[in-house]
Amino acid sequence: MSEKEIKNTGAEPSRSLEELFDQRIARDEKIEPKDWMPEKYRKTHIRQISQHAHSEIVGMLPEGNWISRAPSMRRKVALLAKVQDEAGHGLYLYSACETLGISREELYEQLHTGKAKYSSIFNYPTLTWADIGAIGWLVDGAAIINQVPLCSTSYGPYARAMIRVCKEESFHQRQGFEIMMTLANGTPEQKELAQDALNRWWWPSLMMLGPTDAESVHTEQSMKWKLKRKTNDELRQQFIDQTVPQADLIGLTVPDPDLKWNEETKHYDFGDIDWDEFWQVVKGHGPCNKERLSARVDAWNEGEWVRDAAMAYAEKQQDNKIKKAI
Amino acid sequence: MKKENLIQYIYGIADNALILGQRLSELCGHGPNLETDIACTNMALDLLGQTRSYYQYAAHLSGEKVTEDDIAFLRTERQYKNVLLVEQPNTNFAYIITRQFFYDVFHLLLLQELQNSKDETLAAIAKKGIKEVSYHQRFSSDWIKRLGDGTEVSHQKTQEAVNDLWKFTDELFQLTEEDKNAVELGVGVDVSLLKEKYYQIVGEVLEEATLSVPELKWFRKGGKEGIHSEHMGYLLSDLQYMQRTYPNMKW
Repeated sequence: MSEKEIKNTGAEPSRSLEELFDQRIARDEKIEPKDWMPEKYRKTHIRQISQHAHSEIVGMLPEGNWISRAPSMRRKVALLAKVQDEAGHGLYLYSACETLGISREELYEQLHTGKAKYSSIFNYPTLTWADIGAIGWLVDGAAIINQVPLCSTSYGPYARAMIRVCKEESFHQRQGFEIMMTLANGTPEQKELAQDALNRWWWPSLMMLGPTDAESVHTEQSMKWKLKRKTNDELRQQFIDQTVPQADLIGLTVPDPDLKWNEETKHYDFGDIDWDEFWQVVKGHGPCNKERLSARVDAWNEGEWVRDAAMAYAEKQQDNKIKKAI
Repeated sequence: MKKENLIQYIYGIADNALILGQRLSELCGHGPNLETDIACTNMALDLLGQTRSYYQYAAHLSGEKVTEDDIAFLRTERQYKNVLLVEQPNTNFAYIITRQFFYDVFHLLLLQELQNSKDETLAAIAKKGIKEVSYHQRFSSDWIKRLGDGTEVSHQKTQEAVNDLWKFTDELFQLTEEDKNAVELGVGVDVSLLKEKYYQIVGEVLEEATLSVPELKWFRKGGKEGIHSEHMGYLLSDLQYMQRTYPNMKW
């Protein structure tokens, strides 16, 4: 069977189809929505892309918390634009996910019922303005490390969405670092805000790169499909190696007494991560899990009459057009 | 024209953009769907961008040490000159859209005149804003029609918002002493002349949306003189929080 035929066939998965599919991925070909794909590939992609989309829109909440209180007009506008970018990312990612044959309503339903997850980092509170800097610098920094490899992932719509997302995220990361730098170079009070934010966000940011390789259930398959190119531990090391010198540069202290440059490995050694905390937050017991999910559910429920109105109006307009045409 | 008069005239226009921008930005992340959320944030960004242009100009007029942030964050409630309409809370989406629509129609008419101001900076800011505000008006008018002529529920909620916010529309056409001076010198716009056109446009859209125009004979005013509603203090505590808590710092 030629590849063209494989693309067009709706046949049930068979060994040969799957083998040819694997070969296409191995050749770095993109899989497009109408191509044949194993059911597991489709499901895994729905899970990962939707989780990513949900993270974008839930991620709007902790930062949105400071838009009305931003300290200057320049920062207010930049933060508002940043949070709007996250909404935009959510939109492309939901659209990419919809190409796999699931509707936006079903995806929201999964989020609202807790069936689908989002990045646990957003269950931490933003307590001061410096948290906005820390999120940009650390959380977006960790996100980029996770996401850059996805720009060449095998599923075409996801890879293309990620190219745009990554460009914007790297802008956000620089913006966050610049907020931290301004604070670190500011008055003693401002420096204290910056250090306090780094203290609270450092460990959750390391956890954001996912459980250790030994505990990670999806790594092997995801590597094969190029949903992952490096393991969680490799990504985490990359993040630490990249971020520690940045903290040094602005005179902030990373809150890890065991952190030390290792001349032999050419990497930083670091202390133990509190994985109990990680799993507690994943299971719903973080400081803001309930608030975040309620905010999404409330926005959706309160918006129902608005969406219904838009739908009813569009139908009326359509009917009028038809009547006129007749 | 006296500098202080011009500055007060600028506040009269710019404070509306700031306060409405602030209200819209409170919504970010809580819209009825992603597309609407993004659109409301866009309008907030436009309004806050316009605010910055006006305030930077007012800061320049005020002297070397004054910045846009001093003007935005460090005045007392009485010194903000926005109309009562724009400070009204985000009660529900019908109120948000109605408030926006009532302001947008006025805002576009205002900028269309202000672009002919003898003050070149104000004329340039107005000219730049026209494109943005035309879009705002299209967005809010479209939504008024969708909500008014959508379902029974949306019709009822929107009619309620229209009835409730109508009393704030007349203030848009009041002139303060500073406004009158600015008009006399060809710098400011005589907003009282926009009234007829305003109610005509608003009436047409409401009619198309199957909503009725309230027959109200009394109106609220005070914002332009700095006498605001109870909502304003809370809005300002949010807006000014950082600058008040950590004075004299760079952010």
